[in-house]
Amino acid sequence: MAETYKKVEKQIVLPLKNAFQMSLRSIRIRFGRSSIVTMSIVFGIAFFMSVMTNNVFISNALKNGPESLKVILQQGAGENESKEIWLISLSLIVCTVGIINSMLMSVTERSREIGTMKCLGALDHFVVELFLIEAFIQGIIGSLIGIIIGVLFTTISLLFQYKGIIFSVFPGGEILKYSLMALILGTSLTMIGALYPSLLSAKMEPAEAIRREV
Amino acid sequence: MPKETIVRTIDVKKTYLLGKIPLDVLKGINIEIHKGEYISIMGPSGSGKTTLFNMIGGLDKPSEGKVYIDEVDIAQLDAYELAWLRCRKIGYIFQTFNLIPVMTALENITLPMIFGGMNTDDAMNKAKQLLETVGLGHRLHHKPFELSGGQQQRVAIARAFANDPAIILADEPTGNLDLKTGTEIINLLKDMNKQKFVSIITATHDLKMLDVSDRIVWIRDGMVERIEDRANLDIKVGQFENE
Repeated sequence: MAETYKKVEKQIVLPLKNAFQMSLRSIRIRFGRSSIVTMSIVFGIAFFMSVMTNNVFISNALKNGPESLKVILQQGAGENESKEIWLISLSLIVCTVGIINSMLMSVTERSREIGTMKCLGALDHFVVELFLIEAFIQGIIGSLIGIIIGVLFTTISLLFQYKGIIFSVFPGGEILKYSLMALILGTSLTMIGALYPSLLSAKMEPAEAIRREV
Repeated sequence: MPKETIVRTIDVKKTYLLGKIPLDVLKGINIEIHKGEYISIMGPSGSGKTTLFNMIGGLDKPSEGKVYIDEVDIAQLDAYELAWLRCRKIGYIFQTFNLIPVMTALENITLPMIFGGMNTDDAMNKAKQLLETVGLGHRLHHKPFELSGGQQQRVAIARAFANDPAIILADEPTGNLDLKTGTEIINLLKDMNKQKFVSIITATHDLKMLDVSDRIVWIRDGMVERIEDRANLDIKVGQFENE
């Protein structure tokens, strides 16, 4: 008898397509909470991108820009690179902690739902998978918005400072490179933030998860 | 006809820790449940009904003793096998319905089938049939909060039957329903029990349940007080319905 159970090991499945649909729907329906997660990543990434855009613009202008611009820039150029790195890391850490916090809340709220899914035969890693996919989607959306906001605001502020001259030395390629980096960074930070809460929830016994009232 | 045993518990004990004080909820339960049987576990609240229900369903582990489902000791199963058991062998019905709030009635029912490896189209078709069986053929695409309590419980029953389980476990299925709806749900369960020859185990203190049960297990203070066959039961619940 025990052998028949052994044979079925891999017979419980959650196809990626279905998991994706479920996560997407969950984000849409719990829009309030998912926007909080998304917002924290938006701010973190926007700050990162704004600093980066500024940096690559200045270094590019110093290399290839017209003399008049170089003179202005050299006056204002500081040596606060280490301070910038410090600020960026700090802002990203704060935003990751925000994500962990908000995900912990969301896991508690959905404890009964998680318990029910486990009663229906969901494996622990399905639960983790669903939360991670959700975080992945939120991370991508949040990072994209963050990148757009960061680049746009910095460009506007540069435009006010140096007028139309900036377009001649605008480092499009460099910014694209950093945008890609920000996208990967933002998405992975969101997923890292979601990992601990989802592992925590997946480990609960179904009876305990269902009993837990919020 | 020899009776096949589907669930057997041997000296099941469960102790919870309330702070530092141990609380014995179950103090050694021995019951045997046969295939196709409708069993009610009755007892006052706090008697350990739900705890026993969780043990039988593999939702919680006993502190001592063994639970056999289909002659397999469920303590020996690993995570995959336990999930398979919950998915294919057992259907759960809860007092609070526990439908997934973000999914429609139809999707709620397809979920266990998808876990069980069925493709989406087949699962959808089967879910539609099941919803028609429970009388909700016209409410396929409603979300749980758009349904009444009785309707939600019908969806939950359809979901419990999704993978043609051998056992249906119902914990206070009528607890949140009014008298009339409760009776409807009980009758629905009884019909399904006859049609599909599944064992139905309910933990309840709803006396309406007595009328349809084959056997009644009375539990008091974590012990089996007595087990009664309905044939020998001298009750007038039948009259109650005719009044």
